[in-house]
Amino acid sequence: MTTLHVNHISQHFGKHQVLKDVTMTLEPQKIYGLLGRNGAGKSTLLNIITNRIFPSSGDVMLDNTEVFENDDCLSKMYLMSEANLYAERLKVRKIFDLVQMSYGQFDWPLAHELAGKFQVNLEERFGRLSTGYHSIVKLIIALCVPADYIFLDEPVLGLDANHRELFYQELLAAYEKRPRTFVISTHLIEEIANLVEHVFMIDDGQLLADEDVEELIARSYAITGPRPAVLAYTEGLNVVGEESLGQITTNYVFGTLDDTRIIPDSVTIEHLDLQKLFVYLTNGRHQQNEH
Amino acid sequence: MQFNFDSTEPIYQQVAAQLEEAIFTGGFNEDDQVPSTTEISKQFHINPATVLKGMNLLVAKDLIEKKRGLGMFVKQGAKDKIMHQRRESFYSDYVLNLVQEAQKLGLTQDKLEQLISRGYQNDDTTR
Repeated sequence: MTTLHVNHISQHFGKHQVLKDVTMTLEPQKIYGLLGRNGAGKSTLLNIITNRIFPSSGDVMLDNTEVFENDDCLSKMYLMSEANLYAERLKVRKIFDLVQMSYGQFDWPLAHELAGKFQVNLEERFGRLSTGYHSIVKLIIALCVPADYIFLDEPVLGLDANHRELFYQELLAAYEKRPRTFVISTHLIEEIANLVEHVFMIDDGQLLADEDVEELIARSYAITGPRPAVLAYTEGLNVVGEESLGQITTNYVFGTLDDTRIIPDSVTIEHLDLQKLFVYLTNGRHQQNEH
Repeated sequence: MQFNFDSTEPIYQQVAAQLEEAIFTGGFNEDDQVPSTTEISKQFHINPATVLKGMNLLVAKDLIEKKRGLGMFVKQGAKDKIMHQRRESFYSDYVLNLVQEAQKLGLTQDKLEQLISRGYQNDDTTR
């Protein structure tokens, strides 16, 4: 069992700093979510981990072996991304052949099964497929390669609701059959909130959260009630957002509450869901930067 | 089974609660097999580790048991056990809340008892 260590990765493109000292650990056989707003640096990070681009500084290690330019390590990882790496004139079947050649193995029975379920014609040329079907072909590959670390960058891009549903089911089925690490980067947070065990949030090139979903949710609170009572109760706490409707205010708190304070009768406390928490955490930061 | 993903109750607790309710209402009888982690996980897009955590709550409560290589099964006496637990928590879960709400509404104890009697009569007429 190998563990993937991402150590102090920074990346500049010219003057623009895309990633700032990102350190994280990916354990074997876990499903992770990688969340971030547009331009947060998610794709850059995934490209660096899988050695498609070099970082300005930092390294990626699979156990004690440096991943960069190491074919043995790289064959343990697969990145499905928006980039279409396959020649348009190639037939889908031929693309699967090529993947098999570079990874040594390919789960053909599963590929046929998935092609049937998603209604992909293996004899069709890749270039003639729609955006959604480009994603589907790449997803099939991602589930059929023998790699231990599968990175999915926007896996459901262009997929309709039915196909997304099918994909999540097949992902979990493949995971149960052969547990491996999946890292799913997506903007459709609600859809993956219960599917992933642990999330990384990046914002503005920095790691904002690195926690199990359950723990994150447990530390997030929505405190609702008459404005003065809510403000008094949340004073000094880490308030990440606020909403008001008339006299009723909701303050969103991320962190621990003060147990010594008495909760007023007029105030209710609930937990946030992952998507709301993400929105408030990443909104707050941008607003602070602007002021 | 139906999960409320907007609810703030952790998903693993919902998994446990749903299965328990199904056992209690006879959806799964004693010695019946309960759905596997994989089935629940696939159908509701829940991480298998979360589903397993929920199942383990029921194992700890002695309601289901793992039969190696076969899956999870409802234990003998599970239904009685749930009944017993729910009776014990009936007072704190329902009676206390009922009295509190009645007090907020300015209902006297007599009035509340009358209402309870009415509830029973109503129950009789609808059956």
